[in-house]
Amino acid sequence: MNLRKIFKYFFSDIIRSKWIPVYAVLLFALTSGIIYFSRDGQKALISLLNIALYLVPLLCLIFGSVYNYNSKEFVEMLLTQPVTRRSVFMGQYLSLGLSQTASFVLGMILPLFIYDFSINAALLLAAGIFLIFIFNGFALLVSNMINDKVKGVGILIAVWLFFAVFYDGLMLFMFYYFADYPLEKTTIIASSLNPVDVARTFIMLRLDMSALFGYTGAVFKKYFGSGAGIYVSILILHLWMIVPSLFARRKFRKKDF
Amino acid sequence: MISVNGIVKSYGKSFTLEIDKLELKKGLVITLMGPNGSGKTTLLKSILGLVVPEKGGITVDGKNISGESDYRNKICYMPQSSPFPPNLKAREIISITKDIRKKQENYDYELYEKFGIESILGKKAGALSQGTRQRLSAALAFMFDSEIVVLDEPTAGLDPYSSEILKARIIKLKKAGKLVLLTTHIVNEVSELSDRLVFMLDGKIKVDRDSFRSPGGNGKEFREMVSKLFMENEPAKNI
Repeated sequence: MNLRKIFKYFFSDIIRSKWIPVYAVLLFALTSGIIYFSRDGQKALISLLNIALYLVPLLCLIFGSVYNYNSKEFVEMLLTQPVTRRSVFMGQYLSLGLSQTASFVLGMILPLFIYDFSINAALLLAAGIFLIFIFNGFALLVSNMINDKVKGVGILIAVWLFFAVFYDGLMLFMFYYFADYPLEKTTIIASSLNPVDVARTFIMLRLDMSALFGYTGAVFKKYFGSGAGIYVSILILHLWMIVPSLFARRKFRKKDF
Repeated sequence: MISVNGIVKSYGKSFTLEIDKLELKKGLVITLMGPNGSGKTTLLKSILGLVVPEKGGITVDGKNISGESDYRNKICYMPQSSPFPPNLKAREIISITKDIRKKQENYDYELYEKFGIESILGKKAGALSQGTRQRLSAALAFMFDSEIVVLDEPTAGLDPYSSEILKARIIKLKKAGKLVLLTTHIVNEVSELSDRLVFMLDGKIKVDRDSFRSPGGNGKEFREMVSKLFMENEPAKNI
């Protein structure tokens, strides 16, 4: 009962902050621009996919953590009332995730439906929701662990750089130096450790765009086939959604105010 | 009744709160006193569940509060600096608090009216002065029929007129059999209001004294004792 009330307070507070509508308008303009000016539908889709895979996690990390730092007083006020820490944490986590999902749907998914990319839109929506909740979990974990806002946001940007940029470099390094060894299982495990990679594989397997698979996607497809590969990637994305948020909740349970 | 048993809370090597035993009974005004950084607020926050002790336990009416939240229906809290969310209006802060707490048939609007809260309902907390935020906080702390009221330096930031109103309200609450637990640095305030003094130093209870006021006395003995405690301990801490 209290969770619903707390969700309502956080959600209305987030919506009022103007970040969410601005985010939706920017995404809408960007998505519409890319679709409208691109002559090749496939290329437009790849550009949008890159936005969803790289820009969305970054914005989630920054918005989620800054919001958590700025709402310290609100959280403290709630915790002096008869509500459990679990309800406060879940209310904040769900309202962050759902408000950003609303922006993502209005900003990116709506134009895709308007321009008749409906199947692809559903795929992007699913991958986007996973990424939004995964990276908000990271944002809450770090901002509950580190009290210094600048330090916390800095660490989260490093987390984003690691998953979005450096991880691919590490994988390439591994393929290059161990090219003579069978790396299929290692590749699957290694790519499972990066949620951005898993989300990309999930979309690529469904769209069957083999040219865009990359090495990890190709191995995924070869190992599991398209059908099983999608289910495995969904399972891994669920795990990614649960683990950081569980750690964040554990940290919040012991946090002093 | 609140019972604190063997709690320990450390903040690195610089400060440790260690309370072996402390029992706080209803129908009394109990004051926590001590120099800055002596652990008064940490103790209050431990009772409210805002700070999680590493060892020991706290019970309210016999129930351990660890991981619990329902017991806070019995407690109202007025924090030191009234940390209200700056973008929420006073009206919203009151309605959220009412919404979360157990429904009551009658709310106590005495301080709400005397502090003129009606006139600030449409203002955001961030736009209110420190004193006005304190008045809002006090009005909220006394609005619910709570058995325990916890006040952290309640008169700090309040004008003398509002302070007197608040003090009169504290005495009224005590007479109604409630427990008022407060912290203050103002010695006269303690002799006016308190039935019991708990003096803290470096996270530990140094003095715990009941009935320091003789009937009809003016509290002189008590004021001298507190002054002596501060003179003995505070200069050494500040050097």
